[in-house]
Amino acid sequence: MSPRLQAWLLAIPATLLVAVFLGLPVLSTFATTIGTDGSPLSNYSAYFESRFRMTVLWRTMEVALITTLVSVAVGFPTAWIVAKSPGRLKSILIIAAVFPLLTGVVVRSFAWLVILGRNGILNEFLQKVGLTAEPLSMLYTQGSVIIAMIYLFVPLMILTLVGVLEGIPEDLTDAAASLGATPASTFRQVVLPMAVPGLIVGAVLVFTGSFTSYATPQLLGGERQMMMGTFLYQRAMVTFDWVGASTIAVIMVVVTLATVIAMSRLARRMNPVAG
Amino acid sequence: MQRRAHPALIAFAVLTFLFLIGPLVIIVGAALSDTSYLTFPPQGLTLHWFQNVFEISAFKRTMITSFQLAVGGTALSMAIGIPAAYAMARYRIELPRFLGNVFVLPILVPEIVLGFSLMKSVAVGSGVPIMGALLLGHALLVLPYCVRVVGASLNSFDFSIEEAAVSLGCPRWKAFFTVVLPNVKPGIIAGFILAFITSLNDVSISIFLTGPGVSTLPIQLLAHMEQFFDPTIASVSVLLMFVTVAVMAIVERTLGLTFLTK
Repeated sequence: MSPRLQAWLLAIPATLLVAVFLGLPVLSTFATTIGTDGSPLSNYSAYFESRFRMTVLWRTMEVALITTLVSVAVGFPTAWIVAKSPGRLKSILIIAAVFPLLTGVVVRSFAWLVILGRNGILNEFLQKVGLTAEPLSMLYTQGSVIIAMIYLFVPLMILTLVGVLEGIPEDLTDAAASLGATPASTFRQVVLPMAVPGLIVGAVLVFTGSFTSYATPQLLGGERQMMMGTFLYQRAMVTFDWVGASTIAVIMVVVTLATVIAMSRLARRMNPVAG
Repeated sequence: MQRRAHPALIAFAVLTFLFLIGPLVIIVGAALSDTSYLTFPPQGLTLHWFQNVFEISAFKRTMITSFQLAVGGTALSMAIGIPAAYAMARYRIELPRFLGNVFVLPILVPEIVLGFSLMKSVAVGSGVPIMGALLLGHALLVLPYCVRVVGASLNSFDFSIEEAAVSLGCPRWKAFFTVVLPNVKPGIIAGFILAFITSLNDVSISIFLTGPGVSTLPIQLLAHMEQFFDPTIASVSVLLMFVTVAVMAIVERTLGLTFLTK
C-alpha cells in the first residue's frame, strides 16, 4: 500500500464526519435562504430592510465590539503581570484564569444573575449602604449582557496573551531600557509590536465568540436584549420560521469568516518578523 | 522584571483576578446558604441544596445523559481524530495542505449555526434519533481539540522509533499501538479530558437537539432557572466546579496547565 493511500485511509473517517455532518447541513442551511420568489437574495434584502432585525444585528455587533475592546484593555495588563510573575505565583495565576475558562457558560452567566438580579447581591448591598432606596433593575439591559460577556472572555484573552508575552525575550526590554528608553516607550516600541499577533488572535476569539453566543444573552438579556444567537433560536424553535433562522445563521457565518479573514490579513501586515 | 512592575499595574491585575474569582465564590456561598433564596454571604450553612439536586429526577437524568454524551462523543471523536492526527503528522507530504483545516472547521462555523443545521438536516430532515444527533454534534464540537492536542504530541514524537520497530519486523498496526500510542498518551489523556469538559458544558449545539425525553444538564439548568430561583442551581454549579477542578488536575499531570497558554 502506498504511503499516500495509507494517509488517506487514516484521514478519511474524520474527513467524512466533518463533510457529511457539518459541511452538508451547513450548506443546506445556506440553500434554504435562496429566495423562491423573484430575486435569490430576497430573504437577505428582507432582513436588511427590517428595522427590528437590523437592530438585533447592530446590537450584537456593538456588544461584541465593546466586549472585545474591554477584554483587551483588562486582559493585556493582567497578562503582562502574569507573564512577569515568578514561577510559583505564575502557576497560581494561570490556574485562577483557567478555572473560570473551564467552568461552563451557564454557571458563569448564572453568577451574574445572582449578582445583578432585583433581589440580587449588588442591590442588597446598595440598599444596605443607602445608595439607593428602591432596588435597581440591572438585569435584561445591554450593560448586564456586556458585563457577563466580559467576564466570560477575559480569561481567554489573558491566557492567549500570557503565551505571547512570555515569548518576548527579556534581553530585548532590558536592552531598550539600558539604551535609555523610558518604560512607556519600551512598551510602545518593543512590547506592543511583538504582542500584536497575540492581541489579534485574542480579539478574533472574543469577537466571534461573543457575536455568536447564546446562553449569556438568553439569561441576562432576555427578549428585550435579543442578540443574533437568541434571535436564531427564537426563529427556529419558537416561531418555526426556518428560512428566517437560516438567514440569521448565514449572516453569522459570514460575519465570523469576514472577521477571521480580515484580522489574519491585518496580523500578517503588522507582523514585525515577516516585515 | 517583576521588581519593575508598576504598583498600579499590580493593583489592576489583583482587581482583575478578584473579578474572575469573586462570582464563583458567590455561587459556592449561595449553594451553602440555609435560605430558600439565593444570597451571599450565606446565612446559616447547610448541604440541603446538594441533597435536593439528587432528589430532582430531571437533574439526575440529565446529569447521566450529559456524562454519557461527553464520554461517547469524545470517544467517537478520538477514534477518528487520532488516526487523522497521526496521518497529518506522519504523512504530511502525502496529504493536501487544506486537510488540516478541515478538522478544525468546526471552530470556524459558529456552534449555534452547527446546532441549528444539525437539527434541521440530520434530526428532522433525516430522522436520526435525538441521542444520535446529539452524539454527532458533540463529536464534531470536540474534534478540533482531539486533533490539535494529540497532533501537538505527535509533532514532537520521533517517528524513527516507529520505523525501527517496523524494520525489526513489527507489523505496522502493532507498532502504532505499542510504540506510537504509549508515547503520545499524555496528549491523548489531556485532549480527552479537555474535550470532555467542552462537551459537558455545551449549550449552543444541545439547545437545538434536546426535547421532551432527552436533555442535557446545562439545558436543564437553563430551563430550571427560568422557573425557580433557589440555591439548587448554585449547588449543581458547585458540583460542576468540582468536575472542572478534576479536569484541571488531570491536565496539569499530563501536559501541564501552561499548555493552555500556547
